[in-house]
Amino acid sequence: MPLTPKAAIKEVQDISSLAARTFISAFKRPLYLKDILIQMDLIGVGSLAVIVLTGFFTGAVLTLQTSKTLSTFGAIGFTGQLVAVSLVRELGPVLASLMVAGRVGSGIASELGSMLVTEQINAMRALGTDPIKKLVVPRVLATTTMLPILTVVADAVGVMGGLFIAVFVLHISSNLYLNSAWDALDYMDVVGGLLKPLVFGATVSLVGCYCGLRTHGGTQGVGRSTTQAVVASSILILVFNLILTRIILAYSQ
Amino acid sequence: MNGECVLEMKNVVKQYGDNLVLDGVSFKLFRGETKIIIGASGSGKSTILKLIMGLDRPDEGEILVEGQEIARLRESDLVAVRSKIGMVFQESALFDSLTVRENVAYQLYEDGIDDDKIEPKVRETLGFVGLEDAIDKMPSELSGGMKRRVALARALIGRPDIMLYDEPTAGLDPITSRKINELIIALRDIQGVTGVFVTHRLRDAFTLATEYATNGGSATTFHREGPLLCIANTRFLLLRDGKIIFEGPDELLRRSDDPYIKRFLA
Ligand SMILES: Nc1ncnc2c1ncn2[C@@H]1O[C@H](COP(=O)(O)OP(=O)(O)O)[C@@H](O)[C@H]1O
Ligand SMILES: [Mg+2]
Repeated sequence: MPLTPKAAIKEVQDISSLAARTFISAFKRPLYLKDILIQMDLIGVGSLAVIVLTGFFTGAVLTLQTSKTLSTFGAIGFTGQLVAVSLVRELGPVLASLMVAGRVGSGIASELGSMLVTEQINAMRALGTDPIKKLVVPRVLATTTMLPILTVVADAVGVMGGLFIAVFVLHISSNLYLNSAWDALDYMDVVGGLLKPLVFGATVSLVGCYCGLRTHGGTQGVGRSTTQAVVASSILILVFNLILTRIILAYSQ
Repeated sequence: MNGECVLEMKNVVKQYGDNLVLDGVSFKLFRGETKIIIGASGSGKSTILKLIMGLDRPDEGEILVEGQEIARLRESDLVAVRSKIGMVFQESALFDSLTVRENVAYQLYEDGIDDDKIEPKVRETLGFVGLEDAIDKMPSELSGGMKRRVALARALIGRPDIMLYDEPTAGLDPITSRKINELIIALRDIQGVTGVFVTHRLRDAFTLATEYATNGGSATTFHREGPLLCIANTRFLLLRDGKIIFEGPDELLRRSDDPYIKRFLA
């Protein structure tokens, strides 16, 4: 399908209407608590390994690069500070969200897409269930609450990865590295570092649900929806990150 | 046939993009009656069932379920209408992440019925379709025929007034098809369930139109209609190019002079 401006506006309208219906449904009975908990487990606990690996290696490589640059100014002692700030403000939220987009967003789109093409969603409606309440709300709630937590994990493991490089490769003292990292963070960094994954979590899950639920063209269509979900949510994460960074920096002064 | 009209379509038009699928479809379904909708694949049979269930909306026309117009009803108000209707989907559409028990019990869970009341109902309904042993299986472990029977049980558990069957025998061998047909005949003749049966397999359509079930004590037996007894509660609708081109009992369908019908029956 060619993406004409008209089609693009229609997509934005449709996804906004899904978001609005999801938001309203989240406050209406019945609340599928069991489904919400299952999704939290799948999304939160299930993504932990990926998040830990991502955090560790990002923190490690960031430390290598930062220390190299800083050493030319004789400021290698600031390594911890720069690593922590980059991680908490930008790389933690963005990379954790991109990983979750790849893992969870694609999973949501393919699951809902298969349910749609095999008429399980129609069967659900026939049996009196609203698919938005039963399928979309639990996934959006779970992703939106779990992603900030995963981001905190990514940040922490990232600082540890940096520490590992600082101590064993650069021979900076762990105290120096950790103190400088800790001192660098202020209140707005923490607020921003949690606000971003909240927004990205809602984005990833809503885009995943949206792409899954408008699947057409059988099994092949499911593959297409999955790809679209990952691409669209990844790009949206990067765009929203820029916007949010601008807003957060404005409030940081 | 006289009696109470439980379902009526009036001049229903449905279009998907440029594809005019239903072009003014009208019929009435009376209580206790079964309508068999036949037609080539792609002729809009499934579309008719989805419109009755309110899963899709017509572009024009009216659909009355027990006298209530549903074509323009809000999604939240459709829930009450849907609870009167059971539907067996073309490819069963079982929830593949749930066990057979959870699939069959789904509607009861949704209605907030107590767990201890659910179990006996699930067993009873699975017993009716002859699948009590499969209660703990996952749908992926079932054969096509078993899936169809679980789907039947899932649709029946809420005791609907109207049952919609979308090609319940498609892709099944003759013996398995026969079993499914017998269940549907038993529902019609012994439990008095009103039904719409969609198929493109004429053999199954004629089985439904020519056989009837009686309940002698504990066992259900099946008989073929003869000169003394002709089944009057089952009629055919033949769909072609978005229109119903024939409506009536099997005897008239067989005797039709229409060249398309003759070719279709050949
Ligand atoms: N959701 C849909 N979107 C677009 N076209 C559809 C949709 N559902 C059905 N159709 C088209 O409508 C026609 C009738 O479909 P259907 O009712 O499934 O036929 P049947 O059940 O008789 O085989 C087909 O051409 C099909 O491609
Ligand atoms: Mg069909």
